[in-house]
Amino acid sequence: MNGWGFSVRQVVSLAARVGALALVFALFALLVPEGRFVDVRNIENILVQSAVVSAAAIGATLVIIAAGIDLSVGSVVAMTVVVIARILRAAPHDPSALWALLAVLGGVGAGALVGLINGALITSLRIVPFIVTLGTLQIVRGLGKGLAGNAAISAPETWINPMLDSVRQQPWRWIQLPPGVWLVLVLALLTALMLRYTVLGRHIFAIGSNEKTARLCGVSVWRTRLIVYTLAGLFAGVAGVLQFSYIGLGDPTTAVGLELAVIAAVVIGGGSLMGGEGTISGTIIGALIIGVLGAGGVLMGWPKWIQEVMTGGIIVAAVAIDQVRQRATLR
Amino acid sequence: MDAGPLLEMHGVHKRFGATLALRGVDLQLQPGQVLALVGENGAGKSTLMNVLSGVYAPDEGSMRLGGQPYRPRGPLDARQAGIAMIHQELSLAPHLSVVDNVLLGAEPRCGPVLQRKEASNRTREALSRVGLPGVEPSRRVDSLSPAQRQLVELARAVATGFRVLVLDEPTSSLGREDVRRLFQLIAELRAQGIGVVYISHFLEEVMEISDRFVVLRDGQSVGEGVTRDAQIPQIVRMMVGREVQDLYPRSARSPGDPVLTIDRLAGRTLPIEATLTLHRGEVVGIAGLIGAGRTELLRSVFRLDAVRSGSVNVAGAAKSPRSPGGMWRAGVGMVSEDRKSEGLMLTRSIAHNCTLSRLRGLGPGGLVRPSLENAAAARWAGALAVRCRSVSQPVNALSGGNQQKIAVARLLHHDADVLLLDEPTRGIDVGSKSQIYALIDQLASGRLGTGGGTRARAILLVSSYLPELLGVCDRIAVMTRGRLGPARPASDWTEHTLMLAATGQEVA
Repeated sequence: MNGWGFSVRQVVSLAARVGALALVFALFALLVPEGRFVDVRNIENILVQSAVVSAAAIGATLVIIAAGIDLSVGSVVAMTVVVIARILRAAPHDPSALWALLAVLGGVGAGALVGLINGALITSLRIVPFIVTLGTLQIVRGLGKGLAGNAAISAPETWINPMLDSVRQQPWRWIQLPPGVWLVLVLALLTALMLRYTVLGRHIFAIGSNEKTARLCGVSVWRTRLIVYTLAGLFAGVAGVLQFSYIGLGDPTTAVGLELAVIAAVVIGGGSLMGGEGTISGTIIGALIIGVLGAGGVLMGWPKWIQEVMTGGIIVAAVAIDQVRQRATLR
Repeated sequence: MDAGPLLEMHGVHKRFGATLALRGVDLQLQPGQVLALVGENGAGKSTLMNVLSGVYAPDEGSMRLGGQPYRPRGPLDARQAGIAMIHQELSLAPHLSVVDNVLLGAEPRCGPVLQRKEASNRTREALSRVGLPGVEPSRRVDSLSPAQRQLVELARAVATGFRVLVLDEPTSSLGREDVRRLFQLIAELRAQGIGVVYISHFLEEVMEISDRFVVLRDGQSVGEGVTRDAQIPQIVRMMVGREVQDLYPRSARSPGDPVLTIDRLAGRTLPIEATLTLHRGEVVGIAGLIGAGRTELLRSVFRLDAVRSGSVNVAGAAKSPRSPGGMWRAGVGMVSEDRKSEGLMLTRSIAHNCTLSRLRGLGPGGLVRPSLENAAAARWAGALAVRCRSVSQPVNALSGGNQQKIAVARLLHHDADVLLLDEPTRGIDVGSKSQIYALIDQLASGRLGTGGGTRARAILLVSSYLPELLGVCDRIAVMTRGRLGPARPASDWTEHTLMLAATGQEVA
């Protein structure tokens, strides 16, 4: 333990995950011929590919630490891209930068609203989060389709579109990474700091670790839970903005099944579905491991099924290794 | 034919880690006899019955059933040998039907196929034998009243057949009429030559239904006799007859202003009515049997459980707090009786457990500085002599006694004025117990400095251990079947009178 509040256990856990990411990366570096894997363009591609999952997974980490689950992520992303496209199309002429900002805020706001509704249903009706968000997964997907008139809607170009484009040809290439990637990294850092150094962070861990203890200690369980799901919706909204930048369309059928990749990232990152465990750094590494597998598989010319089998294997292996380590450190 | 005893237990010992739960129990049960097993909470009654029903294997001693050596390898084995046990907490599957519950594990079948007709007939027969002929076998168990459920459980035993029936506190959830019916049934079983072991806190029931009694104290059988020849006071003396050790330091305390006023408080089911005023600088104890509503009283006071009527006022708070959070803010703190499932976050660190109720002040605004948090936790862990490597260790790496100290340390970190302690020394070693007693004394007498100087605290202590209550408290009130009696000076009570009051006897 030191002044920053990291225990040996947490440091070891993070190091193990960084090691696993390095291992998967090194494997493809060896396998992929002509050094095409360690290429800057490829690494940039991995980061871009992982950005959407990472953004949503930051929120999902909060939910899972609080012993909840959010299955509505993919639908929220789809609804967000539709909302953004609708707002951009509503602009009188070519949408200005300010108008695009309005569209982004509208999209993220819609996501946060869905999160708030998820939280309100879970706390007020006392229905388990799995069921509530299974319901909103369908409802929000349906609403997105309705809002889009059941077809992908095109939208005019704005500054949103190049958020995930490479900056190496730009005059501002000194920022090195696409702005969307930076956005995710900054949000991840802020959320990690919130979890570790604020009262809210402690309360999120407390209700996930033992809800009864949290209640005994005067933590407002329902308020904390409402905040957690609202934040999860907000982060899914941010993921939606990045997804819109990536596809450039208001497509209501996008990001189907994204929630599973998001949950996988959190679990590979050390989050426990029983609650009380999880870190943002671990989650981001989890998302990157999935991203590296995807990019590597493509470069190897592997069919998609191999990537799926490997991702599944890594989920189970990561959790199994964590279990063994936990049993070893206890007594 | 001279049958000899149906069940014999001789010199039974059972050890859990370092604690000796049973150290030499002897009992004999004849066919057609009702044997009452009495003793204080924690005397070892449940452990003994778990040994009998095959849940635990005894470490020493022998058992004979129907003259044959009896060593059950598990609960199923015991059931097949003819031991039926009805637990205090019912063990029915609430979503299943009566028939499914009664025949669970013993379903009549033809290969893998359940024979529904046969099952239904057998269930009907069993139900009519226990006095529930009107209940349809297809009804779901959760649609039945508690009393009916208990009889369904009995029907389950009847359907599989038994020679010995163990009833553990069977009347605690029954009304007067249901108790009457249960006693009739026991009388019928007795007439059929069944042996019945009857465990109860309510001595008047014991006097009414049993033929013989055995008294258990501190894991030993310390007395027995024929019920007809015995008197309740005599049995109570056997139950409590031990020396009060000088474990309990007591400094000069001077009770001051009232800090917590409980007025005709009633919960959803328990407590039924409780009135008590707690003053600064005193320790008030609440005695009573398990199920009397002591824990529910503390939980209602702390607003963890719903309150139906009545009020709780805290000195200094403008209006009475309506949530646990409000209670903490008003300076009231609580230690839960259930350390593992409620008291602590077992996988979180000592520091996180200590500081959860008061994170404000450990950094600017809504921030928490780990260095301040660790210093606070280390201070109280040190003051309570918690054995740990560092305050970032998870709580589940500590022993039970040290875990309990962390639950108490939370109230010290919070600087609470009023401390509600529910069984604070349950299941912990004597060393930790004496440290907690010393701490209670320091808090009540205002000798422990926390935050801003020293001031006397008020403590409300629920305990099932009478010597502890008599040793630590200034006043003691007894809770009986949901009602809290008047708090009297501890010197006016003895273990004997406390036990009489707790079992619903008039105190002279």
